[in-house]
Amino acid sequence: MLKHRVFIALTALEMLVLSLLFFFGQIRADHLLATELPQLRTTAGALQLTDLAIWTEARYTRHPSQADRFTPFQDFPSALEHFPAGSIIAPSSFGRSNQ
Amino acid sequence: MHHFKILEYALSSLIRRKFKNLAIIIVYTFTVATLASILFLTHSLKKEAEYLLADAPELVVQRLSGGRHELIPLEYGETIRRIPGVAQVQPRLWGYYYDGLIDANYTLQEVLPSHSKLPMLQGRLPQNPGECSIGAGVAEVRRIGLEDDLIMVDSANVGRTFTVTGVFKPESALLTNDLVILEKQDLIDFFDYPADLATDIAVSVRNPVEINTIAEKIKRQLPDTRPISRSEILRTYAAVFNWRSGMMLSVFVAALVAFCILAWDKATGISAEEKREIGILKAIGWETSNILEVKFWEGIAVSLTALLLGLLTAYIHVFFLNATLLTPVIKGWSVLFPTFRLAPFIDPYQILVIAFLTVPPYVVSTVIPSWKAAITDPEAAMRG
Repeated sequence: MLKHRVFIALTALEMLVLSLLFFFGQIRADHLLATELPQLRTTAGALQLTDLAIWTEARYTRHPSQADRFTPFQDFPSALEHFPAGSIIAPSSFGRSNQ
Repeated sequence: MHHFKILEYALSSLIRRKFKNLAIIIVYTFTVATLASILFLTHSLKKEAEYLLADAPELVVQRLSGGRHELIPLEYGETIRRIPGVAQVQPRLWGYYYDGLIDANYTLQEVLPSHSKLPMLQGRLPQNPGECSIGAGVAEVRRIGLEDDLIMVDSANVGRTFTVTGVFKPESALLTNDLVILEKQDLIDFFDYPADLATDIAVSVRNPVEINTIAEKIKRQLPDTRPISRSEILRTYAAVFNWRSGMMLSVFVAALVAFCILAWDKATGISAEEKREIGILKAIGWETSNILEVKFWEGIAVSLTALLLGLLTAYIHVFFLNATLLTPVIKGWSVLFPTFRLAPFIDPYQILVIAFLTVPPYVVSTVIPSWKAAITDPEAAMRG
């Protein structure tokens, strides 16, 4: 009757570690929301940034919010999408709401 | 007590086939870790985008020509300024620069009059011609810092030298990694922009409720323009990182399919050894319900261990190791790619989704074939 005790103890330990990670993660997120993120938001506001600098390989991946969903195909009719990030990111919601 | 004994037997049974079960736990943990990493990463990016871009321009007005984004005349700004409810109109100059030295693209932007001391900038913004501020990514790939020179080739194919007066801190890389901020006239000269044109126009609106109305008025008065509202910018990022985005579909679905194959393999049959074990248990008087309970606990032991280990791995991977293993998948051809230093925003709903997507199917796929073996004649089961 030892194995089930070890299993229950290990499972409880895993749950405890995970709960502690989530708990301290929440504290860290709150801390960042109070310290670093407002500074970043000020920077974004002051520079009037509209997008995150994640994918810098093409115009429409660098500024997805400023591009149409058909931008990858503007080079010539029925041009193929050829940037990898273009298949990773979803089309802008702008295209659906305003076009 | 009865359940503990059954659990004890189930664990003994798992340990008897320890290598096989260990292999299953490793594959299972890897699958859960992949699923959870994608969910943690996209949720955190979505939350950060939502928070950071909340001060983006209320409206950005672009001009379209032949379906493409074109430079916009400054006089359009005057027309927009006269629309009731418009507080401020700010023509913006910016563009892209391909750096052939390192095959990277930069975003070049003018320094705006409203720019003051920025908390995320070491040094200062450019104030005089020949000065620039750069993102941490540009500083890293060009191996330059404060007071160094940044040389770029302008539209006339002439090399221009800019002195770096400011470098954005690496903590701001998610927003500023590829930025090069120049003084306005420098940017105009660099791209050879006509003096009466801007890249687009940022519009501030007095009453946020009127944003859509003003966007409609702009569209009516200037039919060749396209106003993009802040809510549309935020919606774009919600869409980029949502369940149906390409990032989720490409990695998440691949991991989910791998898990389905694992579960399917379990569900479509049990080994002759397991059948014999079930037959022996039936022959010595075990009820079918006892056998199902053993298999249930076996499934729970494997799937719960893999789920918890997978979640732990994913959390450490995304929030301590900056999603290092996912970076090559997401990066594409971007030479300048920010290191993710994300705030650990966790959505409990997503944890529940992962648990429901992985634990019940595995437990069911463990119990069902055993149930089939348990209801057959013990002798036939023992013969395999």
